[in-house]
Amino acid sequence: MKNKWLAAPYVVWMAIFVVAPLILVVVFAFTGQDGSVTLDNFSNMGTYVPAFWHSFGLAIAATLICILIGYPLAYFLSREKLMVRKVAMMLIMLPMWMNFLLRTYAWMSILDDNGLINQFLSSIGFFNVWNAIFGTNIQFFHMINTQGAIVLGMVYNFLPFMVLPIFSVIDKIDPKVIEAAQDLGASSSMVFRKVIFPLSLPGVLSGVTMVFIPSVSTFALSRLLGGGKTLLLGDLIEMQFLGNAYNPHLGSAIALVMMVIVLVMMAIMNRFGEGEEGVAVL
Amino acid sequence: MKKSLALLTTSALSLSLVLAGCGGDATGEAKDPGTADKGVVNVYNWGVYIDESVLEDFEAETGIKVNYDTFESNESMYGVLKNDGASYDVVIPSDYMISRMIEEDMLEPLNFDNIPNFADIDPALKNPDYDPENQYSVPYMWGLLGVIYNTSMVDETPTSWDIMFDEDYAGQILMFNNSRDAIGVALKQLGYSYNTTDEAQIKEAVDLLIQQKPLVQSYVMDEIFEKMQSGSAAIGAYYYGDYLTMAEVNPDLAFCLPEEGTNLYVDAMCIPKSAENKENAEIFINYMCSTAAGLKNCEEIWYSSPLLSVREELDPEVSGDPYAYPDESILANCESFKNLPAETLALYDSEWTRLMLASN
Repeated sequence: MKNKWLAAPYVVWMAIFVVAPLILVVVFAFTGQDGSVTLDNFSNMGTYVPAFWHSFGLAIAATLICILIGYPLAYFLSREKLMVRKVAMMLIMLPMWMNFLLRTYAWMSILDDNGLINQFLSSIGFFNVWNAIFGTNIQFFHMINTQGAIVLGMVYNFLPFMVLPIFSVIDKIDPKVIEAAQDLGASSSMVFRKVIFPLSLPGVLSGVTMVFIPSVSTFALSRLLGGGKTLLLGDLIEMQFLGNAYNPHLGSAIALVMMVIVLVMMAIMNRFGEGEEGVAVL
Repeated sequence: MKKSLALLTTSALSLSLVLAGCGGDATGEAKDPGTADKGVVNVYNWGVYIDESVLEDFEAETGIKVNYDTFESNESMYGVLKNDGASYDVVIPSDYMISRMIEEDMLEPLNFDNIPNFADIDPALKNPDYDPENQYSVPYMWGLLGVIYNTSMVDETPTSWDIMFDEDYAGQILMFNNSRDAIGVALKQLGYSYNTTDEAQIKEAVDLLIQQKPLVQSYVMDEIFEKMQSGSAAIGAYYYGDYLTMAEVNPDLAFCLPEEGTNLYVDAMCIPKSAENKENAEIFINYMCSTAAGLKNCEEIWYSSPLLSVREELDPEVSGDPYAYPDESILANCESFKNLPAETLALYDSEWTRLMLASN
C-alpha cells in the first residue's frame, strides 16, 4: 500500500468526470429554471410514466434474451479446447471493434422492407411458399421500425457484456468441486443445478448489470431501429436538453429518477447473489 | 439546413473533421508559414452545410485559422451556447432561433463597415422579421420546405399537405423527428399559422399527428436522404435544396410545394456575445458573402443563395428554378418560423411527448 498515490490520476479523473457531474445532476434536478429550490421537476413527471414503462420493459426483455443466448454459449465455451475458446472469444469481441452506431446502421439495411433479409428470402422464393401455405399475400416481413427491432439492437450490441463475465466465472470454477459432486453420486444435471449454476450466478449478475443499464438508457436505437416512434427514457432526457423548451432541470430530474430505480433494482438483485463470492456488482 | 447526422454520427463526423482539419493545417503552413499570428476564428455551423474547400481558401487568403464545428439542430446549438459549453465567434442559426437569441441578449451587434459584401445580399432578405433592423445577422442560405415524393410509388401529382396524411400510403410516409417542424406540417394542413400560440390549435395539430402516426414509416431528420434515395419510403417533407441533392441520386423523386403554404427559412451568420475574436468573425462573415465563396457553397449544397452576384453566376437552369429562387406569388404564400413564447415552447415539448407516447 506504499504506492497508493499511483491511483491518484484515476481518483482525480473520477472526481472530475463522475462525481462532479453527478452532483450537478442532483443540483439541477432540485432547482427550477429561475434557480430556486423546488420539487416541481419531480411532481410534473407523471406524464412521462409511460416512457419509463417502455424503457424498462424493452431493457428487461433484452436482458432476458441475452441471458438465454449468452449463458449456454458461455457454459459450453468454457468446456471447449483452448483453441476453440480463443477463436470464439475473438469472434465475440470482433464487432465491438467497430463503432456502435455503424453497427446499428448496418442493422437498418439488414432489417429494411427492401433489406438484405427480405431480398434473400424473396430471391429463394420463400414468400411464394409462405403465401401458398398461409393464403396470405406478402412480399416482405416488416421488421424495421418496430419495438422488436429495438430489442434486437440492444441484444446484438450488448450480448458480449453478458457472455464475457459468465464465461470468466464458469471458467474459474475448480474442476475438483465438480468431480467431488460426481464422486458423491450427483447426475450431470444435478451437478449443473446444485454446483455450476449457483457458482456462476455472480457472473450472471454482472452480465445483467452490464446489459440492462446501457439498454435502459439507450437513445439512438429507438430512433434508428424503432423509427423514432417509441419514446424511451434516453430520448426523453435528450429532448429536455436539445428540444424546444431547453429544460435541463427536468432532464436532470428524469435522469436522477432513472438512476435511483436502476440502483434499487440492482440492490434487490444483489440480495439474491449474497453469500456467493465476489458479487460486488455495484 | 438539416443535412447533418451530427448527433448520430458524431464519431465519424468528428473523425472526418479532424482529418479535414489536419489537411487544412498542412496546406496552410506550406503556403505561408508566417501567418499564425493572425489568430483564429471559431465557427459553428450546421453539419454538411458548406464546401469545406472554402475554409481552406479563407485560411490561405487571410492567414486566419478556422476552427470549424457543426451542430445538428438550432436547439442543440442553443443549448451549447446557453451552457457556456464553448466559445464561438460565428454561429449560423435559423431565423426563429436568431430572434430568440436577440431577445435573450446572446448576440453581438455587427459592425457592417467590416462587412462590405453585405451590399450584395438580396434586398428582400434584408431587415427580416427575425432581425428587423438588421443589426445582428447576415443571411447565409435560405430555402423552402415542401413534399418530396417518389413518382414510381405515387401515381397522382400531389399539390397539398394532404398527401402526408393519405391512408393509401400507409407505411411509406416519413415525418420530421422534431416538434417544431412536425407540428408545423399539421398546422399548415389545418390552415393555421406556424407561429400560433393558441393552445387549442396546437393540440388540434397534434391530434392530427396522432391520427397520422400509424401511417408514418418513421420519424426522421437526415435519415430521409437514404430512405428517399433508396426508395424505401415514398413521401417525406424536407427542404428543396436537399431534394435537389436527393434527386441527383434518385431521378424518380419529385418536389411539391403545398398550396396551403409552406415554410421559408433563412439561416444567417451571427456573432455570439461570448465571441473572443469579433474582428476575425466579421472578416469571416464578409468572406462568406464573397461571390467566389457563395458560388462554391451554393454548388455544393444547393440551397438558395442570398447573394445577387452568385445568382448571376449560376447556371440559368438553377437560377431560373422557380422553387430555388421563387417569385412573389410563391413567396406570398410562405411563412417563416418566429420565436415562440416560453409557455408555447413548453407546450410543444409536452404535446410532442404525447404524440411519441401514443400507440401506433
